[in-house]
Amino acid sequence: MIKLIKITKSFNSQKVLDELDLKIDPEKITVIIGQSGGGKSVLLKHMIGLIMPDSGQIIIDGIDITNLNDKKLNEVRKKFGMLFQDAALFDSMTVGENVAFPLNEHTRLSRKKITKIVDDKLNLVGLENVTNKMPSELSGGMRKRAGLARAIALDPKIVLFDEPTTGLDPIMRESIDKLIVATQKRTKATFVVISHDIESSFTIAHKIAMLYQGKIIAVGTPNEIRSSNDSFVKRFIKDLRK
Amino acid sequence: MTRFLEFAGRPFVFFIEECGSILLLLLSTISWMFRPPFRFRVIFKQMEFVGVNSVGVVLITGAFTGMVLALQTYHGFRMFGGEGLVGATVALSMTRELGPVFTALMVTGRVGSAMAAELGTMKVTEQIDALNTMSVSPIQYLVMPRIIAAILMLPVLTIISDFVGIVGGYFVGVNLLKINSGIFMAKIIDIVELDDIFNGLVKAAFFGLILSLVGCYKGIYTIGGAEGVGRATTQSVVLSSILIFISDYFLTAVMF
Ligand SMILES: Nc1ncnc2c1ncn2[C@@H]1O[C@H](COP(=O)(O)OP(=O)(O)O)[C@@H](O)[C@H]1O
Ligand SMILES: [Mg+2]
Repeated sequence: MIKLIKITKSFNSQKVLDELDLKIDPEKITVIIGQSGGGKSVLLKHMIGLIMPDSGQIIIDGIDITNLNDKKLNEVRKKFGMLFQDAALFDSMTVGENVAFPLNEHTRLSRKKITKIVDDKLNLVGLENVTNKMPSELSGGMRKRAGLARAIALDPKIVLFDEPTTGLDPIMRESIDKLIVATQKRTKATFVVISHDIESSFTIAHKIAMLYQGKIIAVGTPNEIRSSNDSFVKRFIKDLRK
Repeated sequence: MTRFLEFAGRPFVFFIEECGSILLLLLSTISWMFRPPFRFRVIFKQMEFVGVNSVGVVLITGAFTGMVLALQTYHGFRMFGGEGLVGATVALSMTRELGPVFTALMVTGRVGSAMAAELGTMKVTEQIDALNTMSVSPIQYLVMPRIIAAILMLPVLTIISDFVGIVGGYFVGVNLLKINSGIFMAKIIDIVELDDIFNGLVKAAFFGLILSLVGCYKGIYTIGGAEGVGRATTQSVVLSSILIFISDYFLTAVMF
C-alpha cells in the first residue's frame, strides 16, 4: 500500500509538487496522467525514494520512507520493480545478465535456477532469443520489454512504470499496453503507471489520477473520469488529447 | 573594486565548493568499503582497465621522457665536465617526479575521462537510478572498485615508467652520447635511494585516488544528456590535472 501525504518538492525556485496527496490501491493498475514536464517522473521517483520530498510523508506498507537510512531504504526498495522511460538497461551487460542482475544481487539461487527464471521472465514479456544480445541491439519496444522482465525478476509487490509507451509507434504502444495488463493479471502486483497518453490510460487503468500544477486534481475509474461533469477535468482531458 | 573581487573570486569559491563535494564522495566511498558484498570481480575488471590497458602508453611516454632528460642534462652537465651525473639525474627525476606525474596525467586522459564518460552516460540514461531501485549502491558498485583499482595500479604503472625512463636515459647517454656505462650506473646506485622510489610510488597512489575520484564524481553528477556527458568528461580531465599538480607540490614539500 502506497500513501503520499502532503508531498512538496521544489527544484531551485520551481515548485514541482505542491502538498500532493495520493493513495494507491493495492493489486490494481493506477495510471497517473499529466502533461509533459508536469512532474510525473518526479512523483514516481518519490515513491521509491530516488527523490526525497522537501516536506510530507511517503508511506509504503506502513513505513514512512522519508527518514530511513540507506540500509532500511534498500530493504523497502526490494518490494519494488521499476521500468524507466528508456528502460535503463545496463549497456555493459547482455539482456540476460540484466535480467539476472537483481537475482544475483539479492538471492542465493544457483546459476541454473537463475537462468531458468531469466528465461521465464523474458518469455513472459514476449521476448525470445535475446538473452545473449546487448541492449543496443534491441529496438525501443524490445528494450522496454527487457526492462520489464528485469523489473519483475524478483516478483516485486509493486511495479512502477515511467511512460512505458512514450516514443513507440501505435502498434507497439498497443502491444505494451496489453503486456502491462496481462502481466498485472498474472502477478497480482500493484502497478503504478505514469503517462501523458489519455487513450491508453483509459484502456489499462483500474484507477486514473490526474496530476496538475503539482496536485492530484481528480481520482476515479476510467468511466468516472470519462463521464465527469467537472469542467476542470474535461478541459484537462481535452488538453491532453491535443 | 568589489565588483572585480566578486568576478575574480567566484571561480575560486566554486573550486573550493567542488573540492568539498568531492571529499564528501570520498568519505561516503570509504564508508561503503567495509560493508559486504565485496565485489572482487568488479575490482579486478577495473584493475585490468586501469592498469593492463595503460601499459602501452606508459611505456612510450616513460621511455621518451627518460631519453629527452638524458639529452638535455648531457648538454648542460658537459659544460663543467659532469656527464657522469646524467644517469643519476635521469633516475632521480624519473622516480621522484616525472614517473608519477606523467603516468598520472596519461592515465587521467585515458582512464579518468573514460570513468567520467561511462558513469555520466549511466547517469543521464537513468542506469544509476536503476541500480538504486534494485537496492544496489552505485557508490559501492561503481565508484569504489574504480578508486581501489586506480590506487593499486598507478604505483605499478609508475614503476614501469621509472624503469623504462632509466633504460631510455641509458640508451641515449651510453649508446648515443658515449657516456661511460660503468660511471653512468655507479652514480645511479650511489645517489638514488630506495626512499626516492618509494615516495614516488606514494605520490602515484595518491594521484590514482585523485583521478578516479574526480572522474567518478564528474560522472555520477552529470546532468543534461549527451552534451552533459561531454562536459563532464572534459571537466574531469582538467580538474584532475590541476589537482595532481597542486597536490604534487605539497606531497613533495612534505616527503622530501
Ligand atoms: N533532478 C532535477 N533537478 C532539477 N530539476 C528537475 C529535476 N528533475 C526534474 N526537474 C524538473 O521538474 C519538472 C518536472 O519534471 P518531470 O517529473 O521529469 O516531468 P514529466 O512529467 O515530463 O515526467 C521539470 O521542469 C524538470 O525540469
Ligand atoms: Mg518523465
